[in-house]
Amino acid sequence: MAHISVPNNEVPGWIRWAATRDHTLLWRLLSLGLFAGAWEIAGQIPINYALPPFSQTFMAFVGMVLDGSLIGAYATTLQPLLIGIAISAVLGVSIGVLMGLRPMAEWLAAPVFIVMQAAPMAALIPLITFVYGIGMTSKVLAVCVLALPVIVLNCYKAVRNVNPSLVAMCRSFQGTRWQQVAKIVIPDASPLIFAGLRLGISAGFIGIVLAELLITPTGIGDLITYHRSVANYAEMYATVVSIIVFSAVTVGGLQRVELTLFRPEKREIA
Amino acid sequence: MPAALPRIHERPMPAIRDNIVEVRGLSKFYGGFQALKEIDLDFPEGELISLLGPSGCGKTTLLKMIAGLLEPSAGQVFVKGKAVTGPGPERAFVFQDFALMPWATVLRNVAFGLELRGTPKAERHETARRYIAEVGLAGFEERYPHELSGGMRQRVGLARALAVNADVLLMDEPFSAVDEQTRRKFQEDLLHLRRVQRKTFIFVTHSIEEAVYVSDRIVLLSRRPGRVSRIIEPDIPRDGTPDEIRRDRRYLDTVEDIWDGLKQFVD
Repeated sequence: MAHISVPNNEVPGWIRWAATRDHTLLWRLLSLGLFAGAWEIAGQIPINYALPPFSQTFMAFVGMVLDGSLIGAYATTLQPLLIGIAISAVLGVSIGVLMGLRPMAEWLAAPVFIVMQAAPMAALIPLITFVYGIGMTSKVLAVCVLALPVIVLNCYKAVRNVNPSLVAMCRSFQGTRWQQVAKIVIPDASPLIFAGLRLGISAGFIGIVLAELLITPTGIGDLITYHRSVANYAEMYATVVSIIVFSAVTVGGLQRVELTLFRPEKREIA
Repeated sequence: MPAALPRIHERPMPAIRDNIVEVRGLSKFYGGFQALKEIDLDFPEGELISLLGPSGCGKTTLLKMIAGLLEPSAGQVFVKGKAVTGPGPERAFVFQDFALMPWATVLRNVAFGLELRGTPKAERHETARRYIAEVGLAGFEERYPHELSGGMRQRVGLARALAVNADVLLMDEPFSAVDEQTRRKFQEDLLHLRRVQRKTFIFVTHSIEEAVYVSDRIVLLSRRPGRVSRIIEPDIPRDGTPDEIRRDRRYLDTVEDIWDGLKQFVD
């Protein structure tokens, strides 16, 4: 009992501070800090000769930013990635929405995309190289092949799950079919569509890294391959971690865009 | 027994006033199941008519066919003498689950019917503000539906239906998703609305008390298949306070009479 009713001034200040306010950012940083700390210890033991400690990796990262190699590699990698994601997003959302709206489109396209999503599409990358060579086309295709199915299927499900009552409401006020799609279906489906886009973008990142590792080493894939081959493990890890962080930040950024553009009512919650 | 009751008329087809909505031989099948069978009904202009019946009697189906949201299997609905082929500007629907767009503010939700018609923004917002004030939600224009209580959300749905200035308001159990206090307040508001607006209300409910309290005319439906079993005109004094009305002999007798008729459907 006694320790429940401790007066406030006996509780250490930092506990009160931590308990009374919302510190989402602090906890996130703490989680990252713990991860970096564990990595540092694992690297210092070392648990594996090829695992450099966090500090060394971070220094390698700074070095690669300063000598321009990392920036150059990103410039190369981003090109097919952006093209591929742009194509997948436009095509994927259009096909998915159409599949949700029209049974014909559903019957035509659904089986293809369901198989595509279930199959290990990375196995097709050597085939893509065989057909389209080692250039930009192959890499863009690698991104599309991984990103498209998940975007299409999410959009399709999103449109199918639109609140039927809202659709009836739109009809009862004599909304045209086009108004129904633009003002009710798309906004109501947008959370799921954006979830699909986020998954699609992370799949696109997988696609581009795979393409750069499997087709021809360029950009990020080249950096990873090169530093591994000359046993610069710190540089290799720095590259790998940088692409993971980059991907995570991009996907998080998209969520912000979604909330601002489509879901004004959820801005304060998120 | 009904003869002993004061002035409860049972007339299958009253034709005193102009009928704004006429239902002729309306049937609805869902697969092999017949939800409604040969419904003939007249809805006089300016009245508040309730469709009352046990669950599964097809009262919502009937309302949605009047709204043009459902296609009848047989028969026709006429609104102002014209056959219904779909939703029309002379009818506005109030949904049981409110059907508000969660991403839109109260103002945009209320103005939505006008937005679909292409009314300019300034004009439709002005109209919407007026009806938002009329249903008692002034000051909530910029709020989102999730910030409102159930009762307030239904007021938004009501304001949206009023904003398009339809002649017939079709209400599908509008008060069933709100709590009892709000419900009673709503019934008062509905009676007030009926006095100030020159509109016809068609109102689906499963509450006998509610139907008797607010209606000029009650259409009692039976089920399997849904048919018109009786039409009742409650002769309730409207000049008293809500409590006086609810204690009035005629009010109580009408409720009891309808309950007697509905008992057989309770399984």
